[in-house]
Amino acid sequence: MNEELFISGREVPHIDPYLNIWHWPIGLYLFLGGLAAGILFFSSLYTILGREKELPTAVKWATFVVPVALVLGLLALFVDLKHQLYFWRLYTTIRLESPMSWGAWTLMAITPLSFIWAAGYLREAFPSWDWKFEILKKFENWVQNNRLPLAWIMVVLAVILGIYTGILLSAFNARPLWNTSLLGPLFLVSGLSTGAATIMWMSKNELEQSLFRRLDLLLIVIELFFIVHLFMGFLAGSEVKIEAAKLFLGGQFTVSFWVFVVLIGLVLPAILEILEMRGKKIPVSIPALCILFGGLMFRLIMIEAGQITRYLY
Amino acid sequence: MRYAMAIDTKKCVGCGDCVVACQIENNVPTGYCRDWVTESVVGTYPQLELELRSERCNHCENAPCVRCCPTGASHIVEGGVVLVTPEMCIGCGACIESCPYDARYSHPDGHVDKCTFCIHRVREGKQPACVSVCPTKCMYFGDLDDPNSEITQLLEKRKWKVLAPEAGTKPHVYYLI
Repeated sequence: MNEELFISGREVPHIDPYLNIWHWPIGLYLFLGGLAAGILFFSSLYTILGREKELPTAVKWATFVVPVALVLGLLALFVDLKHQLYFWRLYTTIRLESPMSWGAWTLMAITPLSFIWAAGYLREAFPSWDWKFEILKKFENWVQNNRLPLAWIMVVLAVILGIYTGILLSAFNARPLWNTSLLGPLFLVSGLSTGAATIMWMSKNELEQSLFRRLDLLLIVIELFFIVHLFMGFLAGSEVKIEAAKLFLGGQFTVSFWVFVVLIGLVLPAILEILEMRGKKIPVSIPALCILFGGLMFRLIMIEAGQITRYLY
Repeated sequence: MRYAMAIDTKKCVGCGDCVVACQIENNVPTGYCRDWVTESVVGTYPQLELELRSERCNHCENAPCVRCCPTGASHIVEGGVVLVTPEMCIGCGACIESCPYDARYSHPDGHVDKCTFCIHRVREGKQPACVSVCPTKCMYFGDLDDPNSEITQLLEKRKWKVLAPEAGTKPHVYYLI
């Protein structure tokens, strides 16, 4: 057996022995971004399909969550920046090769759009609401008359936002756990699933709840399928990939990943939803909370674990 | 022009002068370093092999840090040297995550910092600080595009390796083995 021992002649804070430059705010931000992308995707999709009458929560009420989620997410992102006063530099350039630049510009477009979208439904939710200024009333009118083109823009931006949360990580060749093209689709599906869970939770309409229950179940199955493929890919990969997979197969993240993400976040809600479909009465908040919890844990664990994996030389 | 460094692992004694010279020349904050010495012991006792490497930013030709930088703070200047403009850096940490060599660190002032190949000295016709102080003269700095430079000739004569070639970064720090 060949043993290799490294004695590093350096000790740089946050880099040695393990890289730890990204913390929980990044995980929280990826979760909230995915959640926002999920809700906006369904909202704009069902607007385009012309089903706002049957699915009022998906199209209207759930979108009130989005501006809050995006603002909190951006705040979390800002907290984890080290040179905060220079953040505006993001918006002095467009760098096509940098996923973070894509993300910054997407958020720049989708955040105001989500405010406008939700604001257009504000008077429907609170009939006593008064915009006070004539210009705001005119703007509201304009939004309400242009729902369809706005929905088309939003559906594209939502998909970019959802995929971007994964590609942000998968673009890093240096961190073998993240460096897999499956991460973009996996984060998108997970984001859609948390969005669907939120809509299902907020909905008071039986038809809508059952539609999103079925959608959620489908997304959970796709997610499980992706997770199996993720590990198959790692185990068939180079040594650094195998090492990355080992963190979850006996290593330090085994329990947290398989219990919090897979069992509580995916398998348990899937079972509960199947039971519900079979006619058992289960409070909708339980599967919804499980999915949201699993989605958050998934991102937190991926952020932590990814920074431990590195090239061996 | 393609600046590169070659480090003779057979001559390096791991004294750490390169580290101290860099810290003084570049005013590196206490507790941080832009270059460091790695002692790699490979084998099974009692057949052990020791390799000493003075490591730093590899000024990669295909630099992942430059690609992932959202503001353009990380950029490439003459000779392929990778630099960071502190006034453009937002401290997002993407470049730190992207580096297979962990060559970058977050400066206490907030921006990211790393080896510059002492470009300020090279522009004056001097050697980088680490190269200039090496007591065993195991470090060589020069232009790979100049067939007569010492480094080009050494790399033709001697066996060498680069770190993590599988990362596809095309690093510009060579280790003579």
